[in-house]
Amino acid sequence: MSEMRIVGKPRTKIDAVSKVTGAAKYGDDMMLPRMAYGKLLRSTQPHAYIRRIDVSRARALPGVLDVITGKDLPIHYGVLPNNQDETALAMDRVRYIGEPVAAVAALDERTAERACDLIEVEYEPIKPLLTMEDALAPNAGRIHDWTRTPNAHKIVSLEFGDVEAAFGRADLVREDTFLYEGNSHVPLETHAVVAKFEGGHLTLWSGTQVPHYVQRALAQVLNIPHGHVRVILPAIGGGFGGKSEPLSFEFCASELSRRTGRPVKIVLTREEQFYTHRGRHPAKMWMKTGVKRDGELTGLAVKIFLDGGAFSSFGIASTYYTGALTPITYKVPAYKFDGVRVFTNKPPCGPKRGHGGPQPRFGFEIQLDKLAEDLGMDPIALRRRNLVEPYSTTVNSLRITSCGLSECIAQVEKGSGWQERRGKMPPGKGLGFAASAYLSGTGTTMWHPDLPHSGAHVQIDRGGAITVFCGSAEIGQGSDHLLAALVAEELGVYPEDVRVVAGDTGITPVDLGSYSSRVTFMSGNATLKATGELKAKLLEAASRVLETAPEELEFGDYEIHDRNDHANSIKLVDAIVRAEAQFGTLGATGSYSPPRLGGNYRGSVIGTSPAYSFTACVAQVDVDADTGEVRVEKLWVAHDCGRALNPTLVHGQIQGCAYMGVGEALMETQQIDGRGLHMSPSLLEYHLPTSIETPEIETILVQAIDPEGPYGAKEAGEGPQNPIVPAITNAVYQATGVRFDETPLSADKVYRALHKKKGQRETTLTIPEFRFPEPERPTPREYYGDCS
Amino acid sequence: MSETENVVVTLNVNGETHTVLAPPYETLLETLRERLDLTGTKHGCELGECSACMVLMDGEPVLSCLTLSLEAQGHALTTIEGVAKNGVLTPLQQAYIESGASQCGYCTPAMVLSAQTLLDKNPSPTRQEIRDAIAGNLCRCTGYVQIVDAVELAAKRMRESVEDRVRRET
Ligand code: FES
Ligand code: FES
Repeated sequence: MSEMRIVGKPRTKIDAVSKVTGAAKYGDDMMLPRMAYGKLLRSTQPHAYIRRIDVSRARALPGVLDVITGKDLPIHYGVLPNNQDETALAMDRVRYIGEPVAAVAALDERTAERACDLIEVEYEPIKPLLTMEDALAPNAGRIHDWTRTPNAHKIVSLEFGDVEAAFGRADLVREDTFLYEGNSHVPLETHAVVAKFEGGHLTLWSGTQVPHYVQRALAQVLNIPHGHVRVILPAIGGGFGGKSEPLSFEFCASELSRRTGRPVKIVLTREEQFYTHRGRHPAKMWMKTGVKRDGELTGLAVKIFLDGGAFSSFGIASTYYTGALTPITYKVPAYKFDGVRVFTNKPPCGPKRGHGGPQPRFGFEIQLDKLAEDLGMDPIALRRRNLVEPYSTTVNSLRITSCGLSECIAQVEKGSGWQERRGKMPPGKGLGFAASAYLSGTGTTMWHPDLPHSGAHVQIDRGGAITVFCGSAEIGQGSDHLLAALVAEELGVYPEDVRVVAGDTGITPVDLGSYSSRVTFMSGNATLKATGELKAKLLEAASRVLETAPEELEFGDYEIHDRNDHANSIKLVDAIVRAEAQFGTLGATGSYSPPRLGGNYRGSVIGTSPAYSFTACVAQVDVDADTGEVRVEKLWVAHDCGRALNPTLVHGQIQGCAYMGVGEALMETQQIDGRGLHMSPSLLEYHLPTSIETPEIETILVQAIDPEGPYGAKEAGEGPQNPIVPAITNAVYQATGVRFDETPLSADKVYRALHKKKGQRETTLTIPEFRFPEPERPTPREYYGDCS
Repeated sequence: MSETENVVVTLNVNGETHTVLAPPYETLLETLRERLDLTGTKHGCELGECSACMVLMDGEPVLSCLTLSLEAQGHALTTIEGVAKNGVLTPLQQAYIESGASQCGYCTPAMVLSAQTLLDKNPSPTRQEIRDAIAGNLCRCTGYVQIVDAVELAAKRMRESVEDRVRRET
C-alpha cells in the first residue's frame, strides 16, 4: 500500500460546518406545508385493563383532526422477529406508566395536548409488579401471558468446562453480589418524527438509528407494501442506543397522516423521552471466581438478573450479551453463565452504549480487584497473568483476531504513573483500574441471517462527482465522514469531494443501522468493495492511456500514475471519462456479510463479531469524606480501535464513552418508585455530568491492525464505556478503603458508608430467588487451536 | 386554537427586523423556530435545564425557552444563524470543526454562542474557566474535552491575530 493520504490523519468531518452554523436540519426542524401536530396520551397506570376509552370530547375540540386508539393499529411488532409483543397503542391492557394509549392530530401542538386531556380512559387496575423479586415470586401474576415461566422473558443457562472442578483447583475462591442500576440514554435531542402519507406511499423522517428496521415495521403495522415505505434520516441529536428500534410515535404519526391527509409531526417532551426509555437494564449479579496463588484464573460462574421492564425490545440479545462478553479479556478456562431477563411494570429497557457489557464488566473487574488484594498482587499484574492472546478462541467459542489489550494496559499504566503513585497518594485520593472488550458489529442478525449486513453503492459521473449511497445512520459519530474518507483514500480525492447519501431506505442499499458498533467495520467494508470494482475499471482505462499495466498504477492526488514514475500520469477526471467510454455508466454495489462465527449451542451467535476492540482505563478520584462527594479527577483511557481512520473522531468517541461512564458511575439512575412513576423524568432531576463534573480525559489510541476491518479498523463508539465505571469504583476503594459493589456512587451513599456507626447493620446486596434450569454444556469450538 | 388574542411582536434578530402576530405567551424559542424559520436554535427540555435553546440578547446569553417573545422586543438578538458573517466562519466556529467539538451537533449552536461570550470577555481563559463558562450547556456526546480544546484553540488564534495587528500597526 502506498502512503495513505486521508486514512489515519485527523480531518474535519464533512458535515461539521452545517453543525456549527445551525444549518443542519433535525427532525423537529422539518416544516411541511399543511403540517399537523401529534400528541400521545399515556397510561397513568402501571398495570391495568383498559375497560373503556371515550375520545368523543377530544374529537369535538375545534382544531382536532383525528384521534386514534389501540384498535386502529392492532398489528404487533417488535425489533426482534421472535418477540413481536408491542402495539403502537395499548390494546386492552397497559403495562407501564407512560405506555401510549391514544394519539391525537391537531392543527397545533397546544390543541393536541388539550385534546389528550379530554380523552377519558377507564382503567381496572391489576397488581403491578415493580421489582424483579415481586415478578418472580411464586404466585405473581403475569405481565405477558406467553412466557413459559411467569415473567421470565428469557432464561439462559450455559456451562463451558467444569466450573465446580475449576473452583476445586483454585487456591482462592470469592463470591460477591453486585447491583448495577439502570440508566437512560438521554440524547440531547428527544425523539422527533414527521410522517407524510401521500397516494398510498409513506415517507417518514425519523431520528432513528435503524431506518431499515423502522421501514420493515411500518410496512407490517400499517399493512402496506414494504416498497411503499420510505424512511429518511434527518440530522440526529444523539442516540446511544435509545433510538434503535421501531417506536410507538413512528406508527402513530404515520397512521394519523394517512387518516388526515396531512403531514404529521410528533416530537417527544423530555419527560416522554424518559418514559420511552429502552435504556440500560438494572442488573443484580452474583459472581464467583477462582484463582491460583500466582493469579491464574481457574473458573468463573455468574448469575445475572436483568430488570427488563414491560416489553421485550432487544431483550433476548441483552440476556445473551451479559453472558457472552465477559470472557473476552482474560482467559477463563471454565465459565458458567445463568441469566434471566424479567418483565416488570416499568418502562422497557433495551440497548444502551455497550449493550450488555457494562453490568457484568462492573462486577467482574471489581471482583478481580478484590482477588488481587487477597492475593497480595498488583491488580494490573493479576490481569496480565490472564490476558487473552491475539488470534485465539475464548471458552465460549468466540473468535478473537487482532488484540491490543496488553498494549492498552501498558499505556494507561504508564500514563497514569500507576506504579509510582498507587498507594502513595494523599488520603481521599486513589487510582483504580479496569479493562474490557467489545464488538465491532454483531456477527448475526435475527431477521435474515443469510443476507448481507451492509450494502453500499458508489457511483461516479463523467464530471468526476462521486457519490456513496448507504443505508447507514449518521447519529453524530461521523459515519458519513468515514464512508467519504474511505472512498477518498481509494480514489485519490478528498472526503469533501465525496457526497454521502445515507439513511434513506428509498434510495440506499440496506444497512442494518447504527447499533452494536457496526458501521465503520461493516458499512466501511461494503463501501470498499463497491469502490474496489470502480477502481479496477479506472485503472484499466488509465492503463490503456499510460501504456502501463494496471498493477503498476496507483491513485495519487486527483490522478492515476505509474507507481515507479509519477510523471507518467493521467488526471483522475480524464481516467473517469475514459472508463465511462469503455465500460458505460460507472456504478458499483458492494456488500458485507460477517464470517459465520459462533459455537455449538443455541444463541452462540450473539456475542460473535468479526473483530473485538479492547480498552483499558485508569481512573483517579478524590473523595470528600465530609460530604461523600466523589470527584473523578482524571481518566486515562487506552483503546485498541484497530486502525484509527480519523483519530480526531476516535478520540471523540472514547471521550464520549468515558463521560457517559462517569455519569453512570456517579449519578445517573432511572429510578421508578413504588407506584411505577419515574422519580426523575427531567434533566434537572436526572443528573447528567456537566463540563464541571466531567474530568480531563486522556485518550490513547492503540492500533492493533485488524485483518478484516476496513484498512484494519475496528470499533470505537461503545467499547470504551465498559471499563470506566469499575475503574472509578476501584479507585474509590483505593481512596477510602470502602468497597462499593453497586452503582451509582452518589454522595449520600458514599457518605453513609464512610460514616457507618459501629455495629450498624450492613445493607447487603441480594439476588432474587430463582431456580435456573440445568445448563447446556456445549462442546467447544476452536478457531485458532489451543490458545494456552 | 387559543382564546387569547394574538399580539404584534417585533423582534430584531441578527440585524434584521421581523414583525409577527403571536399569542402573548409564546416563547422566543417558538417564535424563532416556528415563525422565523431560525431552526438553528435547538431545544432539549423547554424547561430551562439544558441550554440548547440559548441565544444572545444584547450580547448576553438567555434561554429562549424561558423568554417570552414580548420581552425580547427592543433588544438585539443573535442566533447561531447570525454568527458566521457572509459565509465566513468565526475563529471559534473554525476551531470547533477542526477539534471535533461537534458530534451530533445538537448542543453546538448554543455552545458556540455560550463560548463566544466567554471569549468576548476573557481572551485567554484557562481550561477550568472554559469549563465553568459552559457548565450550563449540556452536551451528551463529546465528554466536553474537544469542546474545551476548540475554545482554547480559538482563543489562541484570536490572541495571535490581535498581536499580529498590533505589531503591524506599531
Ligand atoms: S430548551 Fe432546555 S434550556 Fe431551553
Ligand atoms: S455534540 Fe451531541 S449533544 Fe453535544
